[in-house]
Amino acid sequence: MTAVSEARSTGRLLLIAGVIKDMASRPSGLIGMSLVAFHVLIAILSPWIVPYDYKAVSVELMFNPPSGNHIFGTDHLGRDVFTRTLMGGREALVVTGFATPLAVIWGGFIGILLGLVGGRIDEVLMRIVDAFLSLPWILKMLVLIVTFGTGLEVLIPTLAFFYGIPVIRIARAATLDVVARDFISSARARGHSRLAIVRRELLPNVLDVMLVEGAMRWSWMLLAFSSLSFLGFGVSPPTPDWGLMIADARGYMAFAPWFVLAPIIALSSLIIGINLAADALAKALGIDRSQKAPQ
Amino acid sequence: MDGKQLFEIRDLSIGFTGNAGQTLPVLRNVDFTVSGGETVGIVGESGSGKSTLALAAMGYLKHGLRVLGGSAKFKGRNTFEMTTRELEDIRGGEMAMIPQNSGQSLTPTMRVGKQLREALRLHTDLPESSYQDRMVELLTQVRLPEPENILKRFPHELSGGQQQRVAISMALAGEAEALLLDEPTTGLDVTTQAHILELLRDLASETGTAMVYVSHDLGAIARVSDRVVVMYAGEVVLEGNARNVLLSPTHPYARGLLSSIPSLKDSRLPAALEGRPPAPGAAGNGCSFVDRCAIAQPECMSVRPDLIQTPEGESVRCPFYAKVPDLAATEQTVEMARADGSATDAIRLDRLSIDYAKKSFLDQLLRRNNGSVPTVEEITLRIEKGETVGLVGESGSGKSTILKSIAGLLEPSSGKIQLGEQEPLAELVDKRPMTHRRQIQLIFQNPDESLNPRHTVEEIIAQPLRLYFNCSAEELRKRSIDLLERVRLSSHYLTRLPSQLSGGEKQRVAIARAFAAEPELILCDEVTSALDVSVQAAVLNLLNQLKRERGTTYIFVSHDLAVVRCLSDRVAVLYQGRLCELGESASVYSLPSHPYTEVLLGAVLEPDPEAVPEILADDVVELSPPERGCPFQRRCPRKVGSICDTETPPWQVGAGSHAIRCHIPLEELYQCQNGGKSADR
Repeated sequence: MTAVSEARSTGRLLLIAGVIKDMASRPSGLIGMSLVAFHVLIAILSPWIVPYDYKAVSVELMFNPPSGNHIFGTDHLGRDVFTRTLMGGREALVVTGFATPLAVIWGGFIGILLGLVGGRIDEVLMRIVDAFLSLPWILKMLVLIVTFGTGLEVLIPTLAFFYGIPVIRIARAATLDVVARDFISSARARGHSRLAIVRRELLPNVLDVMLVEGAMRWSWMLLAFSSLSFLGFGVSPPTPDWGLMIADARGYMAFAPWFVLAPIIALSSLIIGINLAADALAKALGIDRSQKAPQ
Repeated sequence: MDGKQLFEIRDLSIGFTGNAGQTLPVLRNVDFTVSGGETVGIVGESGSGKSTLALAAMGYLKHGLRVLGGSAKFKGRNTFEMTTRELEDIRGGEMAMIPQNSGQSLTPTMRVGKQLREALRLHTDLPESSYQDRMVELLTQVRLPEPENILKRFPHELSGGQQQRVAISMALAGEAEALLLDEPTTGLDVTTQAHILELLRDLASETGTAMVYVSHDLGAIARVSDRVVVMYAGEVVLEGNARNVLLSPTHPYARGLLSSIPSLKDSRLPAALEGRPPAPGAAGNGCSFVDRCAIAQPECMSVRPDLIQTPEGESVRCPFYAKVPDLAATEQTVEMARADGSATDAIRLDRLSIDYAKKSFLDQLLRRNNGSVPTVEEITLRIEKGETVGLVGESGSGKSTILKSIAGLLEPSSGKIQLGEQEPLAELVDKRPMTHRRQIQLIFQNPDESLNPRHTVEEIIAQPLRLYFNCSAEELRKRSIDLLERVRLSSHYLTRLPSQLSGGEKQRVAIARAFAAEPELILCDEVTSALDVSVQAAVLNLLNQLKRERGTTYIFVSHDLAVVRCLSDRVAVLYQGRLCELGESASVYSLPSHPYTEVLLGAVLEPDPEAVPEILADDVVELSPPERGCPFQRRCPRKVGSICDTETPPWQVGAGSHAIRCHIPLEELYQCQNGGKSADR
């Protein structure tokens, strides 16, 4: 039995609590959620807890290895790496935090619609989606960013747009899956309106898939955002950002490894955390079919 | 029987770890032996552990299961102590397995010949040059026509029965000493099933192979087994020779199970076995069957009974087995509620035809007919109020298609459907007025599919109530509880989700949902075929009682002729979307019959080791009906001649309203079908 069924039997309000409880009961969920919560907390609180000013440059402190004063050492401009690592996820989390729900909403909407409408429109649009997906994402992104600039007001819609396209496929597939089932036929035979069928019978079954998909997309988007920063299209210096820090530190990897390691560890731990949490979420919602109990 | 023990399972317990970390047993202290040349049937309902036992005999455990104690030996070697390599050597060679759905177990991208060749290479020492001969020999052994041709085909080019035969031939390739068959005929049509079972019987006697036959179907078990093991809640509750177990069962569960099977010979409803088996780990200290047992004694609650040897040589896990034969007198089977003959029509189908074949784009453009024959052709049927009409036929006979088009889910290509004296129904449900929608309700085969997994029982039942009746929240609740009570479920089920219900309970909820609309006509599409036999009897009884209370009209579709008999006033037999025979149940199930009905009835298996099915026709699957003549012309055992190929046979009306569509005169049919056999059908 999944968490959903347990929670739903006692009332709608407990649904979320039930899912989170189920996720926390799995090792992957507990580790994943802790990592994500830790990162979000740091991102919010970092301006008040960092020991130094993130943009304080100092010639004397260049490339200092980790020490009591600077536990992650200092960078090529003598800035405190610990401070910058703590603050380096803020932009990324804000951008992806807005872009992910946007991507899931628009992609999901179009996908469900195509799954329901079917026919020629569906076929034509899906071929366009396929064609779009076959192009390397970075190329498409760069074209847009070069055209419109790199501010948050451009990055959020751009990421939301690009990451919404694969969501179309997932939402459409999930819709087709549910539409073929007998409870939809049953509702149709009873004579419910189309809107009622979509709202009551279809959406509850598709939304779970979308939720998990959203969580997975979030981690992909974080990577994409960091890659853009790495290439110099994301955050502009001196704002601390992991992608940018990795780009800066790349040249000094041989003699100042702390400089490159700190942002890498921070970024990967967040992405691993999201992936583990998404995995546990899928299992808690009963989407992962390979994990059925024996019998 | 050479008496040498092949499988020897002693005191085996298998279980898994539950969510709370507790150990939940699936098999409990099972002893099971199979000697060379013997066929043993393992029978039980879903969740009884029968497949787990069969797989354990092969040294295989499903994911998450582990051995809690005991041993499983194959030819003296403990299979759970063997290495993977050693097991691989044995499997497919000394022992082989034939799974339920062989269509899925054959590799879809490899020709049959290549797959068989692989089996030979792995499990025999034959030289490569003799493979071809051996493959032909194997396919001939499983009675496949034109073996050379079959070798060149891909699995999807074979019918379900042919695929199952290929799977059997692969199992035979290694000259296995033991074959494990896990529900090998479930999901096949009755005639195909009868053919496969005859084949297995013949193979067992020809090759002397031991067989372990796992099934929920007592009829199939009766046909092939020497010895039968009855499983319940992970335990062996009864073991003995097939005759004794099936004809005079000594365990109360086996007895209940057998009496819950509807019989062709009996028009009464079978007695339901109420309750459900305990979930793994839920069985108390006492007997696992105690909650459902009619002869339970106080000590049954606290003491787990041991297997007792009876004087007849059976082992039974019930100390009061001597009382079981007396149970027969106390049990009651219910007489079916019959229509009162008020003679007003509930529904009329007038020359209804349905065409599944989609016209190609080009055909549409040129507005031409692509020459396809309709899937369902010119069905004319009048059903009285309160009557139950059974539609029977093999898969592909168009039974469900007809229901869907009555429900307005499928557009007929021609013909009319009329509800009572009203105007003809609009073809699709969207165009029908709300009153028409309410009057027709559909119950589906599999409640897992037809109930939204995200809705509680309350929400499920509220859907039709909200849609058709303007109920207040209070009334909604009252009516939901009332409906649940009518399907014998208590009000605390309202907050449950489908995943928290058993199969039978789910189907009851689906029935309650259909009745919530207070319909005139209920369409039942194979409503019991996804359920266990004991649950099936309960659902049939429920439908019967509701019919008695409400006077509802049913159209009851099933492939199971015995199920149709016990619930229907009239029966319509369909072949390839065409009606073959129509009449009162009693007359359809007696003589004379349409040759197709004769074939179907002959292939039905009864849970009686002495009943021999009559196999009258091939189990060839026809993909489309012939363009002219009788639809059954290609398989008919009584084909008269070219007239069958060219002319559509006329309806011949016999006694009552019993009509048969055949070129052979009724008297002649009666004579040739009566010849050499008793008329006790």
